[in-house]
Amino acid sequence: MSPESTGTARSAMSDVTELNLKETELTLGLPGTNNITTSSKRAFSETTVFTPTSSSTSNPAPKAQAVGWPPVRASRKNAMRGCKYVKVAVDGAPYLRKVDLEKYESYDQLLTGLEAMFGSLTIRNHLGNGAEYMPTYEDKDGDWMLVGDVPWKMFVESCKRIRLLKSEASGLEIRRTELKLKEKTCGN
Amino acid sequence: MRVNQVEVPRDENGSSILDLARADIAESSTKTRNCAACPGSGSGSMEFQSPYPDQVLENVLENVLHFLTARRDRNAASLVCKSWYRAEALTRSELFIGNCYAVSPRRATSRFTRVRSVAIKGKPRFADFDLMPINWGALFSPWVAAMAKAYPWLEKVYLKRMTVTDEDLVLLSESFPCFKELVLVCCDGFGTSGLAAVAGRCRQLRVLDLVESEVDDDDVEWLSYFPESQTHLESLVFDCLQFAVNFDALEKLVARSPSLKKLRLNGSVTTPQLYRLITQAPQLTHLGTGSFGALEAVAAGDQEPDYASAFAACKSLVCLSGFREIFPDYLPAIYPVCTSLTSLNFSYANINAEHLKSVICLCHKLQTLWVLDSICDEGLQAVAATCKDLRELRVFPENPNEDVEGPVSEVGLQAISEGCNKLQSILYFCQRMTNAAVVAMSKNCPDLVVFRLCIIGRYRPDAVTGEPMDEGFGAIVMNCKKLTRLAVSGLLTDRAFSYIGKYGKLVRTLSVAFAGDTDMGLKYVLEGCHNLQKLEIRDSPFGNEALHSGLHHYYNMRFVWMSSCKLTRHACQEVARALPHLVVEVIRSQGERNDDSVEILYMYRSLDGPRSDAPQFVTIMQ
Repeated sequence: MSPESTGTARSAMSDVTELNLKETELTLGLPGTNNITTSSKRAFSETTVFTPTSSSTSNPAPKAQAVGWPPVRASRKNAMRGCKYVKVAVDGAPYLRKVDLEKYESYDQLLTGLEAMFGSLTIRNHLGNGAEYMPTYEDKDGDWMLVGDVPWKMFVESCKRIRLLKSEASGLEIRRTELKLKEKTCGN
Repeated sequence: MRVNQVEVPRDENGSSILDLARADIAESSTKTRNCAACPGSGSGSMEFQSPYPDQVLENVLENVLHFLTARRDRNAASLVCKSWYRAEALTRSELFIGNCYAVSPRRATSRFTRVRSVAIKGKPRFADFDLMPINWGALFSPWVAAMAKAYPWLEKVYLKRMTVTDEDLVLLSESFPCFKELVLVCCDGFGTSGLAAVAGRCRQLRVLDLVESEVDDDDVEWLSYFPESQTHLESLVFDCLQFAVNFDALEKLVARSPSLKKLRLNGSVTTPQLYRLITQAPQLTHLGTGSFGALEAVAAGDQEPDYASAFAACKSLVCLSGFREIFPDYLPAIYPVCTSLTSLNFSYANINAEHLKSVICLCHKLQTLWVLDSICDEGLQAVAATCKDLRELRVFPENPNEDVEGPVSEVGLQAISEGCNKLQSILYFCQRMTNAAVVAMSKNCPDLVVFRLCIIGRYRPDAVTGEPMDEGFGAIVMNCKKLTRLAVSGLLTDRAFSYIGKYGKLVRTLSVAFAGDTDMGLKYVLEGCHNLQKLEIRDSPFGNEALHSGLHHYYNMRFVWMSSCKLTRHACQEVARALPHLVVEVIRSQGERNDDSVEILYMYRSLDGPRSDAPQFVTIMQ
């Protein structure tokens, strides 16, 4: 059963929510990016937007937060409830990063998050959108699986690490086709 | 300093240290004479083959310098003259490398030839918070390879933020027959296979401490590899391991380690298992309890072990930690040891104020306390009321998100400042703070050496007045005359930095995030903080002009980290050209960037130039 069955509509919605949050996010970006100036007056007025609300109850989309803030080590965050950091490797790129799976609530959010983290990559979701990278993960048993195979919660529980493979890998093409067929027959 | 008059001591036989030094004469024959120290050397004729006085001096020095242990003293001694430099190099047994790229392994091992203990630090601290790719560097391999040849008598290795492989650990275990202590802090790259090699081959091992390190589970039961006979183990710390250990092997190991004093278990060790271990090792002084949780399988009416008695039997216990999945009903078990505790780490225990109070009211001798903010201001007030001897406090956030109501605030900080006047070090995460509370702490705790305040919401002003937090941090640098480490947060203008530059004369480490207005902020710091050695800045509007203003000081520093600031590659290149012994790394952490902007600047002095192991995403400016 796949949460992506609603496909593009859902991802578009989460994109919009992401976008809105990004607008209000406070960052001091790099020069050249379209970002805000930094007078203290501006910062002050923006903090009134930022006063803690009781929105800690339900927040469907992941709140856009700065990477590595607050400065609490992943091992400490992992030990507390609601945190699961796994390593992410990208084929052909020297980057090795960590991502917190608990920050996301669906595969779409995760893939969007990964794309944001790695900059100019596009990651294919398993329905096939022509993107260059195929997301795979190693599960508890040491097997490499396609991201999207199992229900989201199960994935979060069993995922040990993630690897983004270049889509030319033919073995995965076959896998992907299999999965599509399976979905069609099960009507998920 | 020249030594002209040397009073040569003689014993009752008339022999002097000159005679004793005669054995070294052959070695000294190739040395150039240091005429100023050699009386009557103007003649040039040498019927009497006395050793040169500087040779004598060197032997005397060596004997004296053996007693000099402080790094700073040794460094100073080595600068006196060549002879002192040589003597110091021969007698330094503890080698500390603050930045693994500041000097090559070859250079270090060539200068210091009789080292028994090595400490090496690698990655910059901000790497802990995922601000740069994991595979940046700081590899232990070249170091262990060099040391395997140069230091056969090596006994101790301490590494922080280094990447260590299993192969490195195997080489270590094979190369040093006297090896005694391995401490790995915030390290990664190795797994249980490497640990098994160390456990199995290092027969003299006394200390194996894994602290906040990432260890891979290779399915090797490393604890089973310790020799079957009695071990010399004094300290075994593995509370950071994320996977289960073989309890049977652990229990047998503890039983045959009579010298064991420190034992820190990971979360896989259950409370009944903990019971079995501490009843066999009541001599422990430091204990990490493992999960300290309740098993679901324990039904009501089942006979549970008498945990309190087990703890009561540990009469030497002074340091308690662990509590990874704490079942608060078990807390009374530790009451018997509370009165002797000097250190308590509850930072993984989400207990509330009531739970904490029941424990803390007994801890009169406590000097170090790490807690989660789940204890609330009320819990901190209880700490302030009892722990009059407190030196170090760390309050970690249970929920590290920005838009939540925090359970601790300026109230807790104020209370601590009023109750714990001997405080030296504080790390405090909170969602709201006031200048008044910070000012109060600056006045009530004059012994503060480390002040790290993290207001989690970025750019948060004073919660009561709405002002920036400038005055609070200003008071800290003004009033805390011993302050060497400072971390700032909240809404801060350039004014805060002017205070730091003006009053923070002893500050060695400064950590800045989301703060300041203009280049002036960083300029104040670089021009004013003469003792600054470690500077880490992220997401602050400091640019090229500010970077340039520190040129006079960068050689005195261990490193500078600036990420998401306003620097350009061109400016970084200018720094690299102005300071040839500075390695200037520009690091790209995501995607391709074709413009001139700099995502991460990490620069450090080095005797051996740019490193040869830099990955693709690192550009070394030249």
